[in-house]
Amino acid sequence: MVWILLFYSTGKAVATIQQGGGIKIKTVNTTAITEAVARMSQEANYYLGQDVLEGFQKALDEEISVTGKEILQQLIENANIAREELVPMCQDTGYAVIFVELGQDVRIEGGDFYEAIHEGVRRGYTEGYLRKSIVSHPLERKNTGDNTPAVIHTKIVPGETLRIIIAPKGGGSENMSQIKMLKPADGIEGVKKFVIDTVRAAGPNPCPPIVVGVGIGGTFEKCAQLAKEALLRELGEKSKYPDIAKLEEELFEEINKLGIGPQGLGGKTTALAVNVEIYAAHIASLPVAVNLNCHAARHKETVF
Amino acid sequence: MTQIRLTTPLTDEDVEKLRIGQRVSLNGTIYTGRDAAHKRLVELIAQGKELPFDPKGQVIYYVGPTPAKPGAVIGSAGPTTSYRMDSYAPKLYELGLKASIGKGRRSEGVINALKENKGVYFAAVGGAAALISRSIKSCKVIAYPDLGAEAIHELVVEDFPVIVVNDTLGGDLYDEGIKIYAAK
Repeated sequence: MVWILLFYSTGKAVATIQQGGGIKIKTVNTTAITEAVARMSQEANYYLGQDVLEGFQKALDEEISVTGKEILQQLIENANIAREELVPMCQDTGYAVIFVELGQDVRIEGGDFYEAIHEGVRRGYTEGYLRKSIVSHPLERKNTGDNTPAVIHTKIVPGETLRIIIAPKGGGSENMSQIKMLKPADGIEGVKKFVIDTVRAAGPNPCPPIVVGVGIGGTFEKCAQLAKEALLRELGEKSKYPDIAKLEEELFEEINKLGIGPQGLGGKTTALAVNVEIYAAHIASLPVAVNLNCHAARHKETVF
Repeated sequence: MTQIRLTTPLTDEDVEKLRIGQRVSLNGTIYTGRDAAHKRLVELIAQGKELPFDPKGQVIYYVGPTPAKPGAVIGSAGPTTSYRMDSYAPKLYELGLKASIGKGRRSEGVINALKENKGVYFAAVGGAAALISRSIKSCKVIAYPDLGAEAIHELVVEDFPVIVVNDTLGGDLYDEGIKIYAAK
């Protein structure tokens, strides 16, 4: 069997080699993975996405509450300070939630893949002056001191690319998230009621204006993960399913009629977006999960 | 909107005149404390021991800042969600605490403690942490360094911007905001 070296990039961090039969195998070194995760941990916390900034601006134009407008202006100013001074936009620099899409034709070399990610978080949070918000045991509650471990979700996909997304998740909005196993008879009205009730009950606590991630279907744990994945979407990007895109639109309008407003002090801008992800459900089940994100809707990605 | 300028320590008269929705600019020394520090403070109170600072007339800011970069006074320092301190806060108001700063709703127990002990609850803008840090002029850990970001810090603030959410009369700005802006 003949192996042909096609190219190297970033030293020996990434290499693509072609097998005799035409299948490309890409090799990614764990050192490059650690470096990417460390860099993204900091970038996600310093640089708020353009989509969110545009969301603030649009909300500012439409908000009717004077206090609400003042708060939106402060959030824009805050994001600008964070970007210019390379400081975290929020003191809660989050639980490092990592989504991995691992191409089945990628080979990881140089050590333990997950340890490389944890090391990237450790380095990024320490060198970037980010807060260490993780306790090792949920009941003993001793801080690990370096924000590890990360929560890592891995998906194996066709192809020869490795995609790593980091979405640092704040505790305040995570605490206001809920999941419920509805009956199929509850239908779309039951789903809407649960989502709206969750946002209403959360009120000012998750730092509105929020991004609302909704999962519908799957099993208990799949549904929760769908809701989290829904938060990764760029603001303004709709569901690819027309009926679900319509549901997103209806939920967005209903939520912004609640009057909660920026920081819960009253106003039109309670949500910046509502994103819904769906999956096949059991004949007996209609699971719904609502994962709330504060206005610091942070995520960065690297593709090898 | 006009701001009321207050300097710590606060008196009963300072807080009694405050009403929900008013903007306040705080000046002077304030103390930080979150879940873990509150747990320890309330344990000390239960044992009749001395606290790391006398709460009389003081203000507690619910915050766990990020580490300061070299040359900076403090890292980013926005408010955390206050309800997690609700089971501890009334004890501190009973000892003379005049105000707490955080974000989000307080329990009925805290709202009653504010009425009974002449105290207020302020909101700072959650997530505006880099902006808020600019009004913090000095910072030192005075207790529980083992808690890291959750240690009790003594801060000196200048024109620290807050909004009155719960006053000494039992008012709640979160309820009022929804009443005005919810679609009929």
